[in-house]
Amino acid sequence: MNYLLNVENLVKSFGNNTVVDDLSFHISPGECLGVIGPNGAGKTTTLRMCLGLTAPDAGSITYFENLSMPDEALAIKARLGVVAQMDTLDPDFTAEENLLVYGRYFGMKDRDIKSRIATLLEFGALTSKAKAKPGELSGGMKRRLSLARALINQPQMLMLDEPTTGLDPQARHLMWERLQMLMQEGKSILLTTHFMDEAERLCDRLLVIDHGKKIAEGKPRDLIAQHLEPDVVELYGQGALALADEDSPLRQHAARVEISGETAFFYTSQAQPLLMALQAWPQVRSLHRPANLEDLFLKLTGRQIRENA
Amino acid sequence: MIRKQHVIPSVWAPPQLSMRWWPVFLRNLLVWRKLALPSLVGNIAEPLMWLVAFGYGLGALVGEVTTGGQQVPYILFLASGSICMSAMNAASFEALYSAFSRMHMQKTWDGIMNAPVRLDDVVMAEMLWASFKALFTVTAILGVMLVLGISHSWKLLLAWPVLWMVGVTFSCIALIFNALAKGYDFFTYYFTLFLTPMMFLSGIYFPRTQLPGWLQTLTDYLPLTAAIELVRPLFLDQWPTHVASNLCLLIGVTVVAFWVALALTRQRFRA
Repeated sequence: MNYLLNVENLVKSFGNNTVVDDLSFHISPGECLGVIGPNGAGKTTTLRMCLGLTAPDAGSITYFENLSMPDEALAIKARLGVVAQMDTLDPDFTAEENLLVYGRYFGMKDRDIKSRIATLLEFGALTSKAKAKPGELSGGMKRRLSLARALINQPQMLMLDEPTTGLDPQARHLMWERLQMLMQEGKSILLTTHFMDEAERLCDRLLVIDHGKKIAEGKPRDLIAQHLEPDVVELYGQGALALADEDSPLRQHAARVEISGETAFFYTSQAQPLLMALQAWPQVRSLHRPANLEDLFLKLTGRQIRENA
Repeated sequence: MIRKQHVIPSVWAPPQLSMRWWPVFLRNLLVWRKLALPSLVGNIAEPLMWLVAFGYGLGALVGEVTTGGQQVPYILFLASGSICMSAMNAASFEALYSAFSRMHMQKTWDGIMNAPVRLDDVVMAEMLWASFKALFTVTAILGVMLVLGISHSWKLLLAWPVLWMVGVTFSCIALIFNALAKGYDFFTYYFTLFLTPMMFLSGIYFPRTQLPGWLQTLTDYLPLTAAIELVRPLFLDQWPTHVASNLCLLIGVTVVAFWVALALTRQRFRA
């Protein structure tokens, strides 16, 4: 098959702790694959192995059909763009200089790098900040500069580790817009995220991992249809939890009920009868909405906070 | 199912070096260029104060010192030793505090390694960069010494590459401690337990003949002693003796220290 990245049977343990356990996935040209999972699920270790920063115990990582990581790491990285979770911008350099210096690491000539700087700054909506140092930039600007920097070598594929964590809504939307522009240009993207709206909006396909294993894979809408009832009614307020009891008259209208804190979640394919019946409890507040990726994520990985997360 | 089992290469595998260290070196140069003047003042002010205070102040009390069978003014004796210390200190500071900032605090190395540059090349670049800083500092101090007329021997031209070598040696040693550090405080141990004793025992301030016999023998093997044995005669317009053994000591320490530093740094980045 014609995969940009093909990962097969990847295994990594630290001591007795198996962090990545027989994981396989692939990315086709032009595709955006989202890797989601709770903290400690093995996302970062997987990404580090894909970048050749951590050596796998077993399995294979093949890029561009015939380049294997970590043996041909340099040839692979020459065609890859990476945005790490933590910004690694040079605080002593201006935005322009950051791009120039980074381009040199790819062995590019100064003349060639300089011819790309204006376009990249414009892409990052940073033209007016060409002479500003990272310390003078907002969180969103820094992330966009990191993204622009990752594009300096015109990569075929981008690896983004939580690209919008910590950004305000405006900055996130601008980041999404830019990533969508890149996808329209035909770039392939692998991204990790904790935001289900981001995963749903950007990713063609999702890989859900937990405890180092793949627990689901597919298109966001397909996954929701496959694992969940289409409608959710959330009940909260006085007496809401009692309605979730086994003998509650509302239970017959729901396929599945979950409780989290003070809220009861009724999953159903027929919301109307439930909502009608609910009118008997006017003090209970409710929210009726379609099931989303967040519901799926919580169903697959549980609602409990992990102790070591 | 076919499972490909990997043997993870040892951290002690030989260095894999290429010219990719050059853009990393250039990066450090570009940052430094912005701060060169204040950094220059900082680098040479302190050694010069030592030279003036001890050379002229203490020198007036001490008078002449016998070294290599020759009576020399104390300031010349001191200058020829302390320039080696300046090379050592400049390289050590750069390869400890500054390299640690780039490696650990700013995550600059992580950014670089997402481009096609190996960790080995980054460590090489940091080593050469710290030795360049040492060379720069030493050059500035040599310039001032020439102006002060402390020595005018043409052989000082030969001291120059030797002092660069001293910078290389101490950069490599410092990078070992950089690889082990959890924070800046760790470097205080290195300075107080390693560099400071060496400074007093290598014959910078007084001839090592003043030391008890057993200590003299021990200090023969200090890299700073080797550096001073090579550089001091050049200041006195003489030829150093034991050139081969002293150079071998410096080169040997350098090679071993670089290898250890690289292995420990790989270990650090492997986790």
